[in-house]
Amino acid sequence: MEFSVVISYFPRLLDGAWVTFQLVLLSIVLGAIFALPIALARISSSPLVRVFPFLYIFFFRGTPLLVQIFLVYYGASQFEVVKESIFWPILREPFWCAIIAFTLNTSAYTAEIFRGAIQAIPVGEVEACKVVGMTRVQMYRRILLPRAFGIVLPAYGNEIILMLKGSALASTITLLDLTGMARTIIARTYTPIEIFLAAGVIYLVISMVIIAIFKQVEKRQNRYLGPINVKVPDKG
Amino acid sequence: MKMKKFAVTSLIFAGAAMTSLSVQAADKVKIATEGAWAPFNFIDDSGTAQGFDVDIAWALCEKMKADCEVVTQDWDGLIPGLKVRKFDAIIASMSITEERLRVVDFTNKYYSGGLRFLGEKGTSFDLDNLDGKVIGAQRATLGAQYLEDNFTGKADLKFYDNQDNVYLDLLAGRLDIILSDELPTYNWLKSSESGEKFEFKGDAFQKNDEIGIAVRKGDKLKAKFDKALEEILADGTYATINAKYFPFSIY
Repeated sequence: MEFSVVISYFPRLLDGAWVTFQLVLLSIVLGAIFALPIALARISSSPLVRVFPFLYIFFFRGTPLLVQIFLVYYGASQFEVVKESIFWPILREPFWCAIIAFTLNTSAYTAEIFRGAIQAIPVGEVEACKVVGMTRVQMYRRILLPRAFGIVLPAYGNEIILMLKGSALASTITLLDLTGMARTIIARTYTPIEIFLAAGVIYLVISMVIIAIFKQVEKRQNRYLGPINVKVPDKG
Repeated sequence: MKMKKFAVTSLIFAGAAMTSLSVQAADKVKIATEGAWAPFNFIDDSGTAQGFDVDIAWALCEKMKADCEVVTQDWDGLIPGLKVRKFDAIIASMSITEERLRVVDFTNKYYSGGLRFLGEKGTSFDLDNLDGKVIGAQRATLGAQYLEDNFTGKADLKFYDNQDNVYLDLLAGRLDIILSDELPTYNWLKSSESGEKFEFKGDAFQKNDEIGIAVRKGDKLKAKFDKALEEILADGTYATINAKYFPFSIY
């Protein structure tokens, strides 16, 4: 073991971690934005509306993320049409290709999580909304979505951590994220164990931060689920 | 009682099996190659490794009278894999470099190469001013190292997992220039349809680049390989293999 290489290359690993952070943050934010309408369409009562989100989710959950990244990065660039289109400046960049693939992938998973949360709300609450005369939009805005937000948190935190680890695949399309940077350093030093260990520790720290944030948000959002704290007056 | 007897017999059998294994292991050599570096090593349609490296490997095994197996492994996992004994030798067009010599031993060279730039026909570039140019190479190769050492900050450098992806991105227009070993690129220019749009830029350099077989540090296999190499060079086997891939000597 030669841990001096970890010290000398640590700043470069941190540069990689920064790229990883940007990739994960951007794709989960965009993914969540896309996921909401997909989830709502998925629970539509019309089978015609339901079929599109179903196919979308089926495709992106059913194929490996690596394949999706390769399709966006190497696949799209095979076509002259794509290269001459206005999208080429974006599709040319590996960073944006990764963002596109990650966003599509995570939005499919997130949509399913959202759908499950909305459907987990007791029917009684939906009926109550209708009884007091709320419109559909009001019902979703005031009751269902805020309620779903609380239910979604544990599963959604999971998805973000999965995305963090999935982002390592960005290294296959020349991006120098944490994994890509580690591999580039190893190509130089031939110390895979030391450098990968260091990269693993950085991933762990990022996960810990995500877990801590979610714990706080959950605590605030789901206060009503916390331990019951009722003062019983003393006898006498 | 019965159980005990069973345990003892099975122990004896296991012991016998293990000794026979270690006897065999003496001439069993597992050789790794990459499989993405035509014409030196590539996977043919039936899924087996082929190419100059692989032919050399089999020729050497024949001389060494060893029971060989050729496996493929991604490029940047070759040296780590050798170190943890997943295989015993690397015959994958690996250049003998000081950095690699710190972790593995190399046999004498079995061919020599050089680096050369490649770009689209009709374009030109100035090595002293590469601002805004994107240069690609395979990660963990001499070419990548040369780019890192000489052009970090002077050009946009991109590193790939294998050479096929470098060509793909050159064709896609994401790369202006690539730097790679001259011989496989010579083969790509000659043999692939898309090769005709591109040409070598400038002369080959680092021609003292010697390609050897990597083995674990201190492994006796090195001496055996060196002896077998001498034999195939002397008896013309090497020349026959060479002629199969290149019309000139690459030794």
